[in-house]
Amino acid sequence: MSSSSASDWTTLLRENQDQLIATWTRLVEASVAGRMTAGELARDIREIYQGLLVGDGTEAGIRSSAYDGLRGLLADLGRTRARQGFSPTETAVSVFALKQAVLELLDERADLSAYRAFGNLSRVIDDLGLYMLETYAGTRETVIAQQAETLLELSTPVVKLWDGIVALPLVGTLDSARTQVVMEALLQALVDTGSEHAIIDITGVAAVDTQVAQHLLKTVQAARLLGAECIVSGIRPQIAQTVVALGIEFGDITTKASLSDAMLLAMRNSGLDVVSRA
Amino acid sequence: MDRIPILQIGDMLLVSIQVDLQDHTALALQDDLSNRIVETGAKGVLIDISALEIVDSFIGRMISTTAAVSRVLDAETVVVGMQPAVAITLVELGLTLTGVRTALDVDRGIRLLRRTLDEPIGRGDATFDERLTE
Repeated sequence: MSSSSASDWTTLLRENQDQLIATWTRLVEASVAGRMTAGELARDIREIYQGLLVGDGTEAGIRSSAYDGLRGLLADLGRTRARQGFSPTETAVSVFALKQAVLELLDERADLSAYRAFGNLSRVIDDLGLYMLETYAGTRETVIAQQAETLLELSTPVVKLWDGIVALPLVGTLDSARTQVVMEALLQALVDTGSEHAIIDITGVAAVDTQVAQHLLKTVQAARLLGAECIVSGIRPQIAQTVVALGIEFGDITTKASLSDAMLLAMRNSGLDVVSRA
Repeated sequence: MDRIPILQIGDMLLVSIQVDLQDHTALALQDDLSNRIVETGAKGVLIDISALEIVDSFIGRMISTTAAVSRVLDAETVVVGMQPAVAITLVELGLTLTGVRTALDVDRGIRLLRRTLDEPIGRGDATFDERLTE
């Protein structure tokens, strides 16, 4: 492939700049309607267009230094779109729509020789689109990781019910990472408050399998090593049936159906009685 | 060689481990403790490990063995003040110290021992033993 044929598409873009930008903007606008202002969109597209021309159809591909500016621009765009909650299609279309715009132009002109240039342009646009999507996906992953971390921190409240009694209401799914955090939080709370009774309430735990049961057992055993007793409460009928069906042995761990039952037992064990005044 | 001091409080012995335990220190402690239990006729042993930040499987097993030895010598053992991180490590190592009593701190440990030693069943056994020796 000669350098002249590769640069053909830059000539094509230069000569028809206004028309192409107009078509391109119209195509993208349709897909992101209402999500961005027309001004923002027009600015983004004009910048990408200029960036494409800066490279001057170099043979080295989009990883070459000629396209540094354009790559930075697209990475930025990918990141922003990911944070604004655009879908991958909505993000990709802002680059790929240029192909559609050029095709419409060529159809109008019925100029067969220009299709060769279009082929080259198409390759560059594909690379650019993929590059932008990579950034987009990377940003999405970062956002997800951040959210998971926040959730992990939020999900381990240890509450004091009474002098010497703390409760740990568990919500959601128990995996190894969460159990570790939960276990540490509970044990630290036991030591800090000098509590001898802990209630682990699993009302909010969606399902109990052998792994979750194993995690619970470990937590209870660790609490025992500190000198505290754990009661597991909030076992729903369905979960009780699953536990038995799976053959999980809770051993000598006290289990109660509701938190109030567990609370009463913990108070009894610490030498307190609840009496009605009436 | 470092030795862990063993203090006598009434009919209890208090072992407070304030340094990171080396294997040989741990073995020496086990020796010393069993000797002291026989010498003093102690009925209870408190092992305070609140300053212990790192345990390995050897130290974990040693705590367990020491408790078992003390029980054979008729002294209840209570391990007190374990750090959360240490507890997690022991559980992960599969050492749950079965048969060893635990308490959050020395104060609670003493109260637990008092309760155990003062239990009527305990006294009944003692009088039975005395009758046997008479």
